[in-house]
Amino acid sequence: MTITNIHVIDQDSAYDFYVNKLGFKLVDDFPMGQGTRWLTVSPPEQPDLQLVLFPVTVSKMFPKEIAENLIDLIKKGIFGCGVLTCKDIHATYEELKAKGVEFIKPPTKEFYGTDALFKDDSGNYFSLQPINNFDNENDI
Amino acid sequence: MTTEQYPKVYLYRRIVQAKLFIDNNYADKIDLNNISNEAYFSKFHFIRLFKSAYGKTPHQYLKYVRIEKAKELLKKDTPVSEACFLVGFDSLSSFSGLFSKVVGKSPSTYLKHHQENQKKISLTPLAFVPGCYAYQHGWLENSNFEETDI
Repeated sequence: MTITNIHVIDQDSAYDFYVNKLGFKLVDDFPMGQGTRWLTVSPPEQPDLQLVLFPVTVSKMFPKEIAENLIDLIKKGIFGCGVLTCKDIHATYEELKAKGVEFIKPPTKEFYGTDALFKDDSGNYFSLQPINNFDNENDI
Repeated sequence: MTTEQYPKVYLYRRIVQAKLFIDNNYADKIDLNNISNEAYFSKFHFIRLFKSAYGKTPHQYLKYVRIEKAKELLKKDTPVSEACFLVGFDSLSSFSGLFSKVVGKSPSTYLKHHQENQKKISLTPLAFVPGCYAYQHGWLENSNFEETDI
């Protein structure tokens, strides 16, 4: 995969969340005219994968009713956007929490492994899991 | 097992505190003793725990943060000599040497390539956006960018 979308409500706020809190790397950020902006980021260890921080605004692509409905669903936390992995879930959880990331679920041992759930600034949620989710107890 | 229940939560919090200390103070003269003092650990115990959590020793992580911050500064057109000192290096030659080794090109070449790329983007932004996105956004309308060969 090369490029995928995260639908966001506000690009400035999404930039702050993904770059300053999650630690993603900024790839592209340039204006495309008429107030629009091409904004992409990459996970720090996956420079070949770009996430487009795609604003939901009334446009050719999103007529007013669709944009409003989509924003409503994003804010309600309907959309799960994927799984992020880390070396140590407890350390990453403590760090993200210290940076103000809102967790829906702290690291929890489930029958399928350990995971946590957090929301981005728009309301999209992600699962956070250790890279090796079958041997993750007492990392330290 | 929730966060409040998992063992050694205080160790995690100290390691995270040390990592955030590096993130916030990379521009200053900090050494391993400063960082382990920040975490209230013996130096060697601290190094082992830090590497277990982040995959790098604190020293390796500090170098990584400084080079990443230098790349960000160069991307904002900061002169190489200024970027060097803003990320905590005393010597331009040691900065350039480490940067070249890690990034694969010298800081000045990195800056030059970035500036050239920015110039191309400003002239033909659509050449740097996948066509499907440009079409869906309506960016292709009233534009000659489709025919660019960049």
